[in-house]
Parts: sequence; C-alpha cells; structure tokens
Amino acid sequence: MATPDTTTRHATHGGAVHGQPLIRFDNVVKRFGDLTVLDKLSFEVNAGERVTLIGPSGSGKTTILRLLMTLEDLTGGYIWVGDQPLWHMRKGDKLVPANQKHLRDVRKQIGMVFQHFNLFPNMTVMGNLIEAPIRVLGKSKEEASEKGRELLERVGLEEKADAHPTQLSGGQQQRVAIARALAMEPRVLLLDEVTSALDPELIAGVLGVLRDIADTTDITMLIVTHEMGFARDVSHKVMMFDHGQIVEQGPPDKIFSEPENDRTKAFLHAILDER
Amino acid sequence: MNWDMDYAIDIFPDILEAFVKYTLWVTFLSSILAAVVGLLFAIIRFLHVPVLSQVITGFVEFVRSTPIPVQLFFLFYVFPDYGILVGATTIGVLCLGLHYACYYAEVYRAGIEAVPKGQWEAATALSLPQRYTWQHIVLPQAVRIILPSLGNYVISMFKETPFLFVISVPEMVFVAKELGAQSFDYVEPLTIAGLIFLAASYPAAVALRRLEKHLGHA
Repeated sequence: MATPDTTTRHATHGGAVHGQPLIRFDNVVKRFGDLTVLDKLSFEVNAGERVTLIGPSGSGKTTILRLLMTLEDLTGGYIWVGDQPLWHMRKGDKLVPANQKHLRDVRKQIGMVFQHFNLFPNMTVMGNLIEAPIRVLGKSKEEASEKGRELLERVGLEEKADAHPTQLSGGQQQRVAIARALAMEPRVLLLDEVTSALDPELIAGVLGVLRDIADTTDITMLIVTHEMGFARDVSHKVMMFDHGQIVEQGPPDKIFSEPENDRTKAFLHAILDER
Repeated sequence: MNWDMDYAIDIFPDILEAFVKYTLWVTFLSSILAAVVGLLFAIIRFLHVPVLSQVITGFVEFVRSTPIPVQLFFLFYVFPDYGILVGATTIGVLCLGLHYACYYAEVYRAGIEAVPKGQWEAATALSLPQRYTWQHIVLPQAVRIILPSLGNYVISMFKETPFLFVISVPEMVFVAKELGAQSFDYVEPLTIAGLIFLAASYPAAVALRRLEKHLGHA
C-alpha cells in the first residue's frame, strides 16, 4: 500500500501544509461529575494524518472524539482545529467560551461516524445524504443530490438511494452513515467504533469502504476501533491510552509488533487473545 | 316508558345541528389549541428554560388536579372581572384546550424522550441547526410514537364537551336537555344524543386502534 511516510512527516511538523497540526489538544480536562476522564491531555494530529486511538474501555478514547464533535462539554483546556479554538472565541487577545454559532462554524470541518449509525429513519437514504449539505453548506438540491449519488456509488449502495434506513442491513446503514459524513466535506473524520455493532460478516464491507477513503483522500482521521488489522493498515500513528493519558504512541508497526509499555503489551495481549 | 318515533324524528335535526356546530367544532378547535400549546409546554420543559419551565410545571399540576367544570366556572366568572369579555364557547375552547394541553405536554415529553439520543448527536455532527433538528428529525419521529395517545385524548376531550353546559354553551347535550324540558320527554332527545356520541366515538376508537397497529408494525 502506498502510504505516505508519515513517521517523518509527524516528526517534522511545520513547513509543508500537510505537516501542520490540524487538531491540537492543549491541557484538555474532561470530568463527568467526580470522575476525571481526561486530565490535562495534550497531543496533536497533523493534517492528512490518520491516527488510531487504542486502549481499554474507559480510557478516554471515545470522549476525545465526542469533545471534538462538541457532543460533550469541555471541562478545561483548549482544543484547536487549525488556527481556531473549538470551544473558545477570540475576544481581543483573550479566549472566551464559544457561542453556538462559533461552535457550529468550527465543527463544520469535522464529521463523525457513530457505532450505532444514527441515520435519520424518517428520511430516505438520499434524504440523509443531502439535507445537511443543503441546510448547512447552502448547496442546491441538484448539487447535493449529484454529490449524494457519487458518494453512494463510492460506498457501493447506488441502488439504495430511495430506500429507508430500516430496510438496510447494519453494514449498509453504516456505509450510508459514512457517505453522509463525507457529504459535508469535512477536513477531519471521526470514526467511533464503527464496526462494533455489526455482525461479523458485515464488518469487512464497512472496513473496505474506509480503506478506500483512506487510500484515495487526504482526509484527517481519528479512529477508535478494536479492529487491529484495519488500524495497522490505515493509520500513520497509533496512540495507546490508559486512564486518559497517552502511555505510548508511534507508527502501527512499532506499536503492534514491539510495544515498549507494559500496559500496551497487556492490552494488545488481551485483545488478540479474544480473537 | 314510550318511544315516540315522530317526536324523535322531529327533534333529530336540532340535536344533530348542535352536535356539528358546537360539540364537533369545540372538539376540533380545542384539539388544535391543546396540540400547539402542549407542544410549547413540552419543548420549554425539555429545554429547561428557566422560570418558564417552573411556571408551566405548576400550571400543569394545578390543571390536572382540578375538575373541568370548576375551571370552566372560574374562567367564566373571573374573566369579566378583568374586563375580558369573551363568549361562552370561546371560554369552553380555551378551557378544554388548555386542560388537555397539560396532558398533551406529558405525551409529547414521552415521545420526544423516546427519540434516541443518537439522533440529536447525528444532527449535531452534521451541524444542523436546532430548529431544523426539532422540525425535521425529532418531532416527526416523536409524532409517530405518540399519535395513538394523542388520538385517545381527542376522543376523551370529545366526550367531555357536555361539561360546557355549565356555562350554557348550546352543545348537543345542552340542546337535548332543553328539548326535554320543553316537552317533558327526556328519553328521546337524550337517547339520540347518546347514540350520536356512540356513532362518532366508536368508529374513531376503532380507527385509532388500526393506526396504532399500523405504526407499530411499520
């Protein structure tokens, strides 16, 4: 597979456009009541980089994606998308909490695919694909439908445009959900355990679509998955989380073949034993 | 006890007219009022709008704990004291509409909460505006869930329209009673009124059960 050499790209960020950090967590804190999930977490993801987040459940991976999608409130710290703070607005030279409009503007650059697809059951497949581009991006119906058909073809469901989500299998629904996220032309795609709710025989189809997107676009991806083979193939970098901290990170070959941290070793052991 | 067919045929048009002009019309207007106000109540409470939510909660509790005739009397005799002069029928519609709005609000709340959280999250992930999310994603799904309950409340509201006689709205039962008083013969007019109620609400209940089944299977 012709994967660009991102190890060096990451190591030398700055300079080329692709080397710029696109996502930056700066001392991010997230608490749910008394439970601290993320404690002063800092990391960066470069434009075009595909990063897989691994770690035991409760380690904060999904929370990171949900904070980026503004589905959870930030407790402390800063999250940057490009040169804009996601949860804050500039006021003079200070950063103040963002209003709804700012949140909407910044998160337009981010798309998300969920574990349970979350398609809108009261709309057709095509409706799911075109509504947001029309309402949010201001596209014409023709333009949005054209793009919708293109995306359906890409995920292998061009004949399902007029079907309702409930008439599709889980795998098909998830492929539509991927198309729906892409229809918004995001710079960043968040994949939150997108195959966890699928029957085993449907997983390959969904991963195939994602591999194709990874191969043919330079969209930045943050991936939470238990599919280690997929993670190894598509990601430039793997981050191992435990208790809201990155305990180890590096290129997938390194993390999966020669992990250094004991917790990474134990986690990979447990995951691979399960199979 | 004799059934006088000629008398029955004679008064039937008057009773039917009262049914269509008042009973049905009041039910129709009150249902719309209840549907709209109930939705407003539900959304305000769902969004926890400060002050307004608490006021509505208090109002709902008050309305649900007092009988309709008391509420009717209250509006009928208190409104004029504040210079609000409206007809008895309008007061009837207001009273039934607001009364049922409180029940509708609960039904809407249950329906809105039955829409999975993932639907809101998907809408956020697509940056869809709040208003659009309510109108085109959440409410259409909620309505599907709650339509049968709303229908049941319309039927029960329909059967409570005779309470309006306490403020002299000439709805069907009021007219039947008046006719009885004129002829000293109550059997025919009240029987006719009862049969008209039955003829209207029974098919409605059956249709509703069908709808429920249809929505459940869809």
